[in-house]
Amino acid sequence: MNRLLLKDRAAIPFDDLPTVSYEAVGDIVAGSLFGGLRLVTLFGVPEERDIVRLVALFADDAQGTLAVTGVRTSRGATLPSLTPALPAFHLFERQLWEEFGIVPAGHPWLKPVRYPHDAHTPRRIEEGYPYFSMEGEETHEVAVGPVHAGVIEPGHFRFLCDGERVNHLEIQLGYQHRGVEKLFRNGPLASKSTLAESVSGDAAVAHATAHAGLVEALGDTVIPDRAGLLRAIGLELERAGIHLGDLSALCNDIGYLPGTQMFAVMRTDIINTSLALCGCRFGRGLITPGGVNYDIDDRKKDRIARTVIRIRDNAGLLAAAVFDDQSVLARFEKTGTVDTDTARAIGLVGPAGRASGLACDIRLTHPTDAYARHRFTKRPLRNGDGRVAVSGDVYARAFIRHQEIQDSLRYVLELLGHLAVAKDGIAAPVAPPRPGMIAFSLTEGWRGETLHAAVTGGEGETRRYHIKDASFHNWFGLALAVRDNGVSDFPLCNKSFNLSYCGFDL
Amino acid sequence: MVAHMLNILFLLFLPFLMLGVMSRIKALAGGRKGPPLLQPFFDMLKLLRKGAVVSRVTSWVFTVAPSLALAATLTALLLAPGVGRAQVISFDGDIVLCLYLLGLAKFFQLISALDTGSAFEGMGAGREALFSVIVEPSLFLFAGTLALVSGATSFGALFTLAQSGAWPAVAATTGTLLFFLLMLTEGCRIPVDDPNTHLELTMIHEVMILDNAGPDLAFLQYAAALKMYLFALLTAALVLPVDLSPLPAAFALPAVALLCAALAGIVESLVARFRISHVPQFLFLTVALALIALAASVYFRGGVA
Repeated sequence: MNRLLLKDRAAIPFDDLPTVSYEAVGDIVAGSLFGGLRLVTLFGVPEERDIVRLVALFADDAQGTLAVTGVRTSRGATLPSLTPALPAFHLFERQLWEEFGIVPAGHPWLKPVRYPHDAHTPRRIEEGYPYFSMEGEETHEVAVGPVHAGVIEPGHFRFLCDGERVNHLEIQLGYQHRGVEKLFRNGPLASKSTLAESVSGDAAVAHATAHAGLVEALGDTVIPDRAGLLRAIGLELERAGIHLGDLSALCNDIGYLPGTQMFAVMRTDIINTSLALCGCRFGRGLITPGGVNYDIDDRKKDRIARTVIRIRDNAGLLAAAVFDDQSVLARFEKTGTVDTDTARAIGLVGPAGRASGLACDIRLTHPTDAYARHRFTKRPLRNGDGRVAVSGDVYARAFIRHQEIQDSLRYVLELLGHLAVAKDGIAAPVAPPRPGMIAFSLTEGWRGETLHAAVTGGEGETRRYHIKDASFHNWFGLALAVRDNGVSDFPLCNKSFNLSYCGFDL
Repeated sequence: MVAHMLNILFLLFLPFLMLGVMSRIKALAGGRKGPPLLQPFFDMLKLLRKGAVVSRVTSWVFTVAPSLALAATLTALLLAPGVGRAQVISFDGDIVLCLYLLGLAKFFQLISALDTGSAFEGMGAGREALFSVIVEPSLFLFAGTLALVSGATSFGALFTLAQSGAWPAVAATTGTLLFFLLMLTEGCRIPVDDPNTHLELTMIHEVMILDNAGPDLAFLQYAAALKMYLFALLTAALVLPVDLSPLPAAFALPAVALLCAALAGIVESLVARFRISHVPQFLFLTVALALIALAASVYFRGGVA
């Protein structure tokens, strides 16, 4: 057996993990086995002595299944790099090299991911980072960060430019050594909701949902329908709020005042609705393993519905005006394009992937809880040309925000309607994690696929906790998007992805 | 004498008031109240009281450039036609000195930006230089056309003489448009530049003054505002009637300046900024306008007056 089929949020005994050769992992993705699956994550689980078990998780978006397989190797081993043929492995192999000293032989870009050098041979001073460079009469390098002009997180961007044109952008992250995955291992996993919310603060609900789903999978807990509905409402409000804020920021980056101001006003209304839901505008404290912490009564429900209807209609009108404005289109269209093949090869996820024409959306392909019980649907909006925007440029990534705001708010209204019949409580008791298991939990956060995975030990304690935020490989998408664009268009491209630094610097 | 005093008084306040009007209009368009109209002036007073940090890698150029740029721009403004087209300083050919003083100010700002050794400032200076290459010929061409028609080489006389008939109508139209576009360009406004952006990679003027602080920064900000005011002055000189009595003239000038600012504010409230690679195309419009004025002078006046 080369791989094990899973349903979502599934837990299997860790010992049941199949063992294959590392090349076979590549074959699963390349399509020579099972028709080609999408790589979701690849991480190592340290075992006794120097043994490292690699765990690879794949998704079949057409069938709505997950598959998992394992590789037995050891620290310091050399494996043939899969990256040259399958770029989606690029960061995962770098991560394995950094964490366990496993050398992917033939990796074209073997550099540290989150440490000054590689954590396997730690150095105190950041020195000798192997930056790319370019020689030429008219070439120059522009270094931005890690300390930025705004109050944002650290990240170093190095542009190799030919005049105003960007030949290559090198993004170096990993300045915050937060040790998040390690913190999850201290104490009972069910008590880590607050930590999960802090993985990436702008996707608090998404990470808390993924974490809660993981705890429930490990304990084999089923949450009440009402809890699932409230979770989904929180998640969709988070998505709509961030998308509105991002549309405002995109307009701000091109100096388009009407969009900047009015989308920002709507964002405030939406995040204030999250405040009404759980006492926090960013949805913190809503999710708990087993269900949710807050219920809403009919009065609050009606108030939320009224706000959501108003914002849905206003955002639709405003977006129609913005995406019809020539000066806006002149900036958005054909800026920062990632074509479908590139997007698939590097494994783009979330709105960025969908804007490039990929059909990846966990809510549709791997639905859980409310999304499984109350089917989430999309109503594709046509742009000015009468087509669905999948051009992979800033325009498509902005337009998809508009599309998703409409879908999310409409879904919130449907869910609010279902609340009237779902009266089965807001939380179920959570069973403790079963020992010796490995579990995965996938959630479609606003940024895309959010994965939490855990391996439990003999007493049900957490042996390994692994997170993959959508930002992890989407950052590479940004680097490819800005190639051959004007360096002055970088902020616009960056904002259209709006990726997380802390979701990367785990 | 009164006109000169008024000119100098306007020089001190009107540029800031223009900035204030622009930001007030943008605020109103965005549904905000906006800062006081004279906030840019208060900001400058605040900057004048502050100290400055000077980077160790810079040379004397960086130290003298702000004062030099402000001095050159102020002198250029004294040569420009003010209330009733009266110039504080005037002589034959002052128009050439005025335009070259602006060039001198720009030159020192450019090399001062390069002097910091910052990649950002280098890019900003490159963009500013490129845009100037297109903008300056159009200004010279238009001024040259006026000189050709009027036979004068002093600002006041230049505008006074070219006031009646078919050609002046063309000149007033193309000139007003030209000066407005130049005001947006040289004033670093949308759609050429975005004065409010915080993104260094997209900046032009803002990034060139990134390393300046305190009084130096105040000087550069004032010089930038003065340049915008200069184009408002030229517009006023072009469109205001020649036979205006002194009192209405004293009111008409600030009215034109604030109207220009209001128009710029409206433009900023409505359109997005151009992609930088498209700005030169837009700037060639100024050259086209100057050429239209020149062609019209040949057509209506048979060339040289």
